[in-house]
Formats: sequence, C-alpha cells, structure tokens
Amino acid sequence: MTQASEIGDIQVADTLDTSGLLCPLPVYKAALVLKKLEPGEVLELICTDPGSLEDIPALARQRGDALLAVEDGDGIQKFWIEKGEVA
Amino acid sequence: MTDLAENLATIADVTAEAGPRQKRLALVASKGTLDAAYPPLILATTAASLGWEVGIYFTFYGLDILHESRHRKLKMASLANPSGPIRLPNFIGAIPGATAAATMVMKRWMKRSRMPDVAEFIEMSQGLGVTFFACATTMGVMGVEEGDLIAGCDVAGAAKFLDFAGEADVQLFV
Repeated sequence: MTQASEIGDIQVADTLDTSGLLCPLPVYKAALVLKKLEPGEVLELICTDPGSLEDIPALARQRGDALLAVEDGDGIQKFWIEKGEVA
Repeated sequence: MTDLAENLATIADVTAEAGPRQKRLALVASKGTLDAAYPPLILATTAASLGWEVGIYFTFYGLDILHESRHRKLKMASLANPSGPIRLPNFIGAIPGATAAATMVMKRWMKRSRMPDVAEFIEMSQGLGVTFFACATTMGVMGVEEGDLIAGCDVAGAAKFLDFAGEADVQLFV
C-alpha cells in the first residue's frame, strides 16, 4: 500500500464525502460512483463510520478494485480506490 | 470444422464472455416489524453494492415489507424487545400506545442517524437489481393480490426461490 507521502501523487477522478453516514451508506454510495468511473480511474472516499476501515477494503476486494492507500486519523478515514476491470 | 470442435469453440466463447461467476446472496425476510425489515434490506443493498447477485424471499409477515399500503406503516413492538428502544417491561407493551411509542422512537433513531427509511431502502435495492420474491403461499393465505404489492415483485413459490438459493454462496434467514 502507498505511503502517506505518495498520496499526493495519486490522480483522483472523483471525490465522495460520506461523513456522518453509517453502514451501508458509505459502501452503497461508493459503489454507485465506482460504477460510473472507467477502469483505472481513482475514487477518493472520505468516511467517518469506524466500520469503514474494514468495510471499504472488503468493498474493493469483492468488486475487484484496488485499494491504493488508506489514511486514518481524528475519526476520519480516507481511501483511494482504483476501479478494476470488472464491475 | 467438425461439429464437436464447433461446439467446443462456442462453449469457450460463452465462458470467456461470462468471466468469473458472480457471487450470490439469498435472503428470507419472514418478519414484518419495522426493526426486522431493516436487516435484510441493509444486507441486500450492501451485497448488491459489492457486485453480488441478490434475491430476497418475502414470506409470511415479511410480505408486508413489499405491501404497497403497509410497508410505510410498519411498526415495532416494545413487547419482546424489553431492553429497547423504550425500556418497558413486557406487560406494559400490551397497553394501547406502547407499540406506537416504540415505533416512533425507532423511527427517530434512524432519522437522527441519517439512515434511509424502509421505502428508501426498497428503492435503493431495486435500483441495484435486487430480486424481490413475493411468497405465493403467503399471498393466498393472507388474501394479498399481486396488485397490492409494490411494482417489480416476482411472485414465487418455495421451489422457485430454492432453485435460486441453491446456487447462492450465502443464504440467510431473517
């Protein structure tokens, strides 16, 4: 996984802020955005639901996307998800 | 090309197009209280978001979740939920107004947490292609017509649902 210092190098196609939303909404809304992206494009996802730390990697794994980086601090989690070839 | 080679080539084409098999979730929703309506709908929208194929079999009181005029009025009883949302001993749950109060508290909790209501979860599920099986036997027993249900339901007997569930990776009963 990418180190925090390299996150700035990631080219982001779309950003989604799910602050304040609980499961299943971060996963649901992220999936809707990912469906619209082209394979290889990156979604920057912001979550505050602590469950997201496990849920978002599971979403990427199940959909076949690549989780490029994760940042966790002050109750805010940030994820950079690269859309895979499938879905 | 021989017939056999032609057949094999066709099979190879079909397999290549299909790609890896989609995972499948089969749920049974058997309860029609407000609190019991959420878990199958939450699991269904999540699984569909993960790219899974999802079907829910709504049976007995669970069919109320698909009932056009009832699904917005689902209630939850404090009875048999003595530890919440309003902490009442079970015998008080029989008093008029106790169910309405418990339902109101639950709805307020969900709204405060910015959770979609049941109707919104139904819309989200259908938007993701979740199949809603309406139990044909329940419809017969409870006198529910297809026109009483929300649009897009698939009236099905147990065998049809099991045919779907038999190929599922995960099967859950709620």
